Amino acid sequence: MIAAEKDLNAVSEPGRWDVERIRRDFPVLHQTVNGKPLAYLDNAASSQVPQLVIERGTRYLREEHSNIHRGVHYLSQRATSAYEGAREKVRRFINAREARECIFVRGATEGINLVMHGYGRKFVGPGDEVVISEMEHHANIVPWQMLCEEKGARLRVIPMNDAGELLLDEYEALLNERTKIVAVTHVSNALGTVNPVKEIVRIAHARGIPVLVDGAQAAPHLPIDVRDLDCDFYAISGHKMFGPTGSGVLYGKAELLERMNPFMGGGDMIRSVTFERTIYAGLPNKFEAGTPAIASQIGLGAAIDYLNSIDRAAAYAYEQELLRYATERLSKIEGVRIIGTAREKASVISFTVENVHPHDIGTILDQEGIAIRAGHHCAQPVMQHFKIPATARASFAFYNTKEEVDRLAAAIEKVIEVFN
Amino acid sequence: MSELGELYQQVILDHNRKPRNFYEMEQATARAEGFNPLCGDQVTVYLKLDGELIKEISFVGSGCAISKAAASMMTQALKEKTKEEAEKLFEQFHRMVTGELDENSEPNELGRLKIFAGVRDYPVRVKCATLPWHTMRAALEGRETASTEDIGPDISSAHISA
Ligand SMILES: Cc1ncc(COP(=O)(O)O)c(C=O)c1O
Repeated sequence: MIAAEKDLNAVSEPGRWDVERIRRDFPVLHQTVNGKPLAYLDNAASSQVPQLVIERGTRYLREEHSNIHRGVHYLSQRATSAYEGAREKVRRFINAREARECIFVRGATEGINLVMHGYGRKFVGPGDEVVISEMEHHANIVPWQMLCEEKGARLRVIPMNDAGELLLDEYEALLNERTKIVAVTHVSNALGTVNPVKEIVRIAHARGIPVLVDGAQAAPHLPIDVRDLDCDFYAISGHKMFGPTGSGVLYGKAELLERMNPFMGGGDMIRSVTFERTIYAGLPNKFEAGTPAIASQIGLGAAIDYLNSIDRAAAYAYEQELLRYATERLSKIEGVRIIGTAREKASVISFTVENVHPHDIGTILDQEGIAIRAGHHCAQPVMQHFKIPATARASFAFYNTKEEVDRLAAAIEKVIEVFN
Repeated sequence: MSELGELYQQVILDHNRKPRNFYEMEQATARAEGFNPLCGDQVTVYLKLDGELIKEISFVGSGCAISKAAASMMTQALKEKTKEEAEKLFEQFHRMVTGELDENSEPNELGRLKIFAGVRDYPVRVKCATLPWHTMRAALEGRETASTEDIGPDISSAHISA
């Protein structure tokens, strides 16, 4: 174990969250932007990376870098064992039955596209239906649209109410014998809504329909147990859960993955190749053509080590307290409208300010050292539901503070001052 | 907010609140719709041309203060200008907001549009300021749409090296 790993074990006593201590693990947080201390409130886009992950990646590049699965030499074996070690960490993190059910991908987008190509193009035909929801990220809309267009299939959409909650009765009514797959997000990136995915899976399974869960926004906040959810696929992006970009996981049940077509063809995904015929490799290699992002996936393993070293229940409670506090502060500002008021939310708060475009809010907040996201958040149908072009979004991680929420509220008041 | 003053000058805020020539033109002879797919901003520019001359110009759409003010002031600047003059003004405007033209030392016809010089310090906002102009050019060229993604990187060169 390296030094940083040991340090972390002492981080928190149960129930108490020592945010100052946690912040020390994230070097990027300690800088000034436009002369003000950075308040990083754009975690739903990409979270920051702890020292442990930085050190693990550096160590790989300095001491272990080599191609995997290909060499008999020492370095290749070390790289392979680190890479496969990361896969085992992922397996435990999401409680998959077997490590070979955890396919390394570039992120949730690639994971969903893998299922669209491997499962969708094989099993969805003319007149069949694919069910998604109104609050999906474009990553969980566009691939299915492409599939439906190619196959002459139909895309059906689970509606939501004005709080940003899916209407489960309408969902159930959408399902029929033509429904070939349901693809829904666990947590909405634009609204923060936590969807009852276990229930969604149960309803689909009652009709024998497999379910893909987009877990990109859930992994940084919630404990994930794919066996408890009983979902068939689960997609994760490493860069949203304190790991590097280029890392991610597509979990799939082994029996489904076995029956699917490969996603990409190339090296490492074969058992044997002749010009007449190629026999594909077994799981997970069948879905990992070419040299993967080895350093990134090892970094994801380290991010999981980090998450295991902190008290995640306390972290979640703390984030929920930040969310509650921010909601209260922002609601009190005249002209601010919060978009997404579901009963169950992750620490994401989307809002608009009357007569001010979110981009202008983003620029003014940036001048105050506050990083938020402004735009449609790759969820244009959500914007259409609320009849707005865009929102500003603050998203919190367990290293954010109440002082940062106060600064956010003060800066929004300043925005209103400038524009009125 | 001192630095911000450069970007959100009173004139820009005023045009944002009360955009000029902000209407759908029924008798337009050319029109084009512009999109910024990154932020969902959308603008439609209407032109009434008399030969080479822009007799009337208007716009509608939704966007940030910078894009709205840029559209509003563009319509004011281009009325009664020739197509060629409009092209030239766009070229100067574009070079100014990307940091390639020093509006105070090099000859130009930018006039009141100089107020947008501050945009060059906000590289991600350059597209906001140029979207209405790209859309105007699309209308002049008889294209129906313009997208900030089709026209290459509109980034402030002042910031690329920084
Ligand atoms: C809910 C959701 N799904 C999918 C994605 C796509 O993730 P990535 O860009 O890492 O592939 C995102 C990222 O914004 C997201 O928030």
